[in-house]
Amino acid sequence: MQNGNEPRKHTIAVLVENKFGVLSRVAGLFSARGYNIESMSVGETLDPSISRMTLVVRGDEFVIEQATKQLHKLIDVIKVTDLTDESHVERELVLIRVNAEPSNRAEILRTADIFRARVVDVTPVSFVLEATGDEGKLEALIELLRPMGIQELVRTGKVAIARGPKTRVRRVEAPRKPRVADDPRVVGFAD
Amino acid sequence: MKMAGARIVLECLKRQGVDLIFGLPGGAVLPIYDALYDFEGLRHILVRQEAAAGHAAEGYARTSGRVGVCLVTSGPAATNLVTALQDAMMDSIPIVAFTGQVPTHLIGNDAFQEADNVGITRPCTKHNFLVKDGKDLGPIIREAFHIASTGRPGPVHVDLPKDVLVKEWDLVWPAQVHMRSYNPNYDGHPGQIKRAAKLLARAKKPVLYVGGGVISADASAELRELAEMAQIPLTQTLMGLGSFPMEHPLSLDMLGMHGSYYANMAVHHSDVLVAVGARFDDRVTGRVDAFAPHAEIIHIDIDPSSISKNIKVDVPIVGDCRRVLVKLVEALREELREEPAPAIREGRRQWAAQIAEWKRDFPFRYEWSDDVVKPQHVVQEISNATGGEAFIVTGVGQHQMWAAQYYKFKHPRMWCTSGGLGTMGYGLPTAMGVQAANPGKLVINIDGDGSFQMNSQELATCFTEGLPVKTVIINNSGHGMVRQWQRIIYKERYCAIDLPGVPDWVRLAEAYGCVGLRVTKPSEVVPAIEKMISTPAPVVLDVCVDKDECVFPMVPAGGANTDMILEPPTREVRDKAAKSQTGF
Repeated sequence: MQNGNEPRKHTIAVLVENKFGVLSRVAGLFSARGYNIESMSVGETLDPSISRMTLVVRGDEFVIEQATKQLHKLIDVIKVTDLTDESHVERELVLIRVNAEPSNRAEILRTADIFRARVVDVTPVSFVLEATGDEGKLEALIELLRPMGIQELVRTGKVAIARGPKTRVRRVEAPRKPRVADDPRVVGFAD
Repeated sequence: MKMAGARIVLECLKRQGVDLIFGLPGGAVLPIYDALYDFEGLRHILVRQEAAAGHAAEGYARTSGRVGVCLVTSGPAATNLVTALQDAMMDSIPIVAFTGQVPTHLIGNDAFQEADNVGITRPCTKHNFLVKDGKDLGPIIREAFHIASTGRPGPVHVDLPKDVLVKEWDLVWPAQVHMRSYNPNYDGHPGQIKRAAKLLARAKKPVLYVGGGVISADASAELRELAEMAQIPLTQTLMGLGSFPMEHPLSLDMLGMHGSYYANMAVHHSDVLVAVGARFDDRVTGRVDAFAPHAEIIHIDIDPSSISKNIKVDVPIVGDCRRVLVKLVEALREELREEPAPAIREGRRQWAAQIAEWKRDFPFRYEWSDDVVKPQHVVQEISNATGGEAFIVTGVGQHQMWAAQYYKFKHPRMWCTSGGLGTMGYGLPTAMGVQAANPGKLVINIDGDGSFQMNSQELATCFTEGLPVKTVIINNSGHGMVRQWQRIIYKERYCAIDLPGVPDWVRLAEAYGCVGLRVTKPSEVVPAIEKMISTPAPVVLDVCVDKDECVFPMVPAGGANTDMILEPPTREVRDKAAKSQTGF
């Protein structure tokens, strides 16, 4: 059991109204209190009027309790769930451009294979790899590729979902995306 | 039926029950002022600076219990309003502020008088809106009033682009407000209320510590019932003054940095502390690790984020103060049905005796002088002359603390002061709002010469709008509270505190069409106050007081409440203080 006063990483899922300014309200809340957001990812949910944010915040129990209460106090926030102590799945996607000299191309590909990373771009001198996983896996991959010379690296920030059958978002009928075939101007398109 | 957005705004205000707005026109809100020209049922009070519109709305809200409304234009007007919004935010005052904005197609273009209004007010409002589409006007205004007045009250800002005000739209007026993301909890948890009642029934040294939440929730009667039923001594925060009559035998007056000796000692030695609608502000607690160290703490508050923010509490009860107090009184009555154990009865008897002793030995006190007016004396005489039945407003500084210490408050919603933000210049514009909300009633603004100067232009509003606010300037020719700190903590290295001589307040008052009076001798104080009260016009009473007078008791910043000093410290004490990081 961790000591409650030790700062540690928390993964917090926040359901918010999908309105302009909400991101800034959430970011402002953290900056106004001097809390640091380690990563944040935002996207629409099944219900397009609701967005879901996944925040990773480092802090002791006191800071996290205040942060979640303050989040909940924001008028546009619908629900705040700290997933840290619940069973949940976390994933992050990373794109890595790595030097690919003839001498280490094979090793890069082997490493990528072990981590189930995909090569999404190839040039005579570089690869771009795409990998998903939890933080530990991605860190391990990055450490192995570092000696080859990583030129550029982009991470999405974490997304997380609770395990088990319970749903965190009220189940809403997914609105049907308009398909190309619905457009009367498109004729003879094989959909 | 379609109508211009500006007209929709006014219609919505009327439907919302608004009868009075404080404002100042300008380019972006001209459509609203044009619609106001022949709109019936809305009084508009033209202020002289935008912050004053916000403070006036605060005064209106605090004394009437309704939402205060102000209306100003874009850019500089909105930024001027920010102080009042943050003030209302810190003190949980329900106001709705409307600002103009450049037309939507110009937003972000650095247009004339453009500012990112909603970006600026975001951290200093409970919520804010930018209306981009006229069909949202009705629903947004409805939500704005709902948010401002429910839960923990606070300021809401609505930004209105000019084109939205000019174009014609259908008025949409939702029958009720439903927001899935905003549902304040009003009823306290029954289990926690029961726990609180059990704790209180067994307490030997209980104290009630009550704040502005009791006033917002209109819970004074319930509070009194609780205090009297269980005979619990009660102390009030600066924001809570008026929630319990000061002359009640159970009253311990104000606590905290400039609170009474007996309130601070009672809280420190208590075994059960019940915080009602208060937020353990640093001016109340002093050093937090030394605050009420022996007490189990019960905290009743509508805002979950207030709970265990500064002080860890043992029994949190999230809910509306009035509803929770009703339930707590019921639960406690149940608990008290059985005769308490002799040990508890004996404990309570000793506690009452101890408090009586503190009250007798260390009352608020000052040295009388026959030559120079003592500021505390002025407040006492105002209190005597009004019998606690006047609306009292203050600025910020020494005079504010003396008003809180020496005025005998009787009723809730008759005291307005800037508690959280400590906004100098708050007094006059707020008093104006109080007077507008309470025509024919006596409104006294107890102000300082430094504080009053920050918004004295509103004397013009008082004069032209027929708002006979009485201002008493406790004039010590300087920034007294700063002087006090420089004297006590900074070894009398006085810096940038003198405001000698100018302006001549009597002539300034007269220049604004008001009545000016001056007092320099103690014997003149009472007649001048009587004359001021009987004058039907706005009055400025300039009372020249002893500039060396300090506010005591005083808990130096960073000290524990038990470190409070009751008189100017000796050189020895001061030198010791200078060596420590925290003061004393």
